[in-house]
Amino acid sequence: MQQTTQADTPLLVCDALTKSYGRQVGCTEVGFDLWSGEVLGIVGESGSGKTTLLKCLAGTLEPTNGRILYQTRHQGTMDLYALGEAERRLLMRTDWALVHQNPRDGLRMGVSAGANVGERLMALGARNYGTIRGEAEHWLDSVEIDMGRIDHMPETFSGGMQQRLQIARNLVSKPRLVFMDEPTGGLDVSVQARLLDMIRALVADLGLACVIVTHDLAVARLLADRLMVMKNGRVVEHGLTDRVLDDPQHPYTQLLVSSVLQV
Amino acid sequence: MPIMIEVENLSKTFILHTQGGIRLPVFDTLNLSVESGECLCLTGPSGAGKSTLLRSLYGNYAPSAGAIRVRQGKKMVAMDPDNPRVVMALRRKAIGYVSQFLRVIPRVSTIDIVTTPAIASGMEREVAIAKGQALLTSLNVSERLWSLAPATFSGGEQQRINVARGFLPGYPVLLLDEPTASLDAENRDRVVDLILRAKADGSAVVVIVHDTDVRDRIADRLFDVTRYSEAA
Repeated sequence: MQQTTQADTPLLVCDALTKSYGRQVGCTEVGFDLWSGEVLGIVGESGSGKTTLLKCLAGTLEPTNGRILYQTRHQGTMDLYALGEAERRLLMRTDWALVHQNPRDGLRMGVSAGANVGERLMALGARNYGTIRGEAEHWLDSVEIDMGRIDHMPETFSGGMQQRLQIARNLVSKPRLVFMDEPTGGLDVSVQARLLDMIRALVADLGLACVIVTHDLAVARLLADRLMVMKNGRVVEHGLTDRVLDDPQHPYTQLLVSSVLQV
Repeated sequence: MPIMIEVENLSKTFILHTQGGIRLPVFDTLNLSVESGECLCLTGPSGAGKSTLLRSLYGNYAPSAGAIRVRQGKKMVAMDPDNPRVVMALRRKAIGYVSQFLRVIPRVSTIDIVTTPAIASGMEREVAIAKGQALLTSLNVSERLWSLAPATFSGGEQQRINVARGFLPGYPVLLLDEPTASLDAENRDRVVDLILRAKADGSAVVVIVHDTDVRDRIADRLFDVTRYSEAA
């Protein structure tokens, strides 16, 4: 599919990442590599440091220690927090996407659905109205939002639709790396299934690298190739998703897996 | 014939940390190898560790000790559970696993379930769909079911969909856990045909099957897992 010259280089390297809030520890010495086309799931209970880690990875929270190395399209490997603020913002806009748990945090509620998608393209320099409108329509269609709603405000959308709109807004800029924080968090089960199926297909078709934070092991099994289990800010187990869930090694992972109700 | 999968001094013990650290030894220093075109049938009573061995071969369970190597082209590659990328690459191209029960994904149609691994292995989408449809037809899965998600299908239908999914990519190594358990005689024959054809095409097959008639028709060798569980 995509042949990159750096096929043997990870897209993202997280190297001994630590974030502490004063004496309070967010995450400690986290390390992993992520390649193009791979989906990494991060699971663990509330307060385990998942979201702190995701914010550090996504460039919105400066770590206390450690580095995040990113393989850029044209300029080789960059140390994320060694970049200037402006450069980092540009990278985040062009190469990355961040899908928030609450769609309101990722959408602009004051402009229409179409504008939410289109303005990301304009930020990247697109000026032709027809092209922008066409792309917006394409992405709304990809996330199964009816074309008749393109000029409606996100306020009038259901939670599931808002979440799908947020995903369209994030994918329109053709990112290579997507971060998702509990993407199905506040949704009904039936809406979750639809969204999960959509995310699964989009990630596979676009060959995206993806980091997904979730506390839902079923979501992790469905979406993630690899899984990291976090407890008290540390990674206690890391491996192939089905191996971690079917043959958990660490006592905490065993507890986590055995605590899920079977349906 | 070249060896397609080999196992060296494999041991597996489950440690149940949530239940007082109980240790459940399954097998110890187990060795086996399977050649191209050969079918190895795992035997032993329920609980002997047949499925545990099969899952270990697929990297689904982590061995406590020992090594598993799978042929990938000219090389034998270690199925190393600590290296997910290697395992993922082996699973894409080199080794397939048909579990006893289909894992149904909400909203995903039968034809998509069947073709996904083949497409991931590099088969063109149109080719995968055409071959998948032919495979489903030969397994008597009615055409009106192809576009539906199989959540509500019968056990036998789900098993045949799972078999089609596992056989479509033409993996050089195939692991089959009771592939005929919920099937009637006619469909059992279809699956036996698929296994015989995979062997003729050079695949190495490791299978668990209780039905002695099916076993006699496909197996070249029997492998008694209990021999190793007693040592554990």
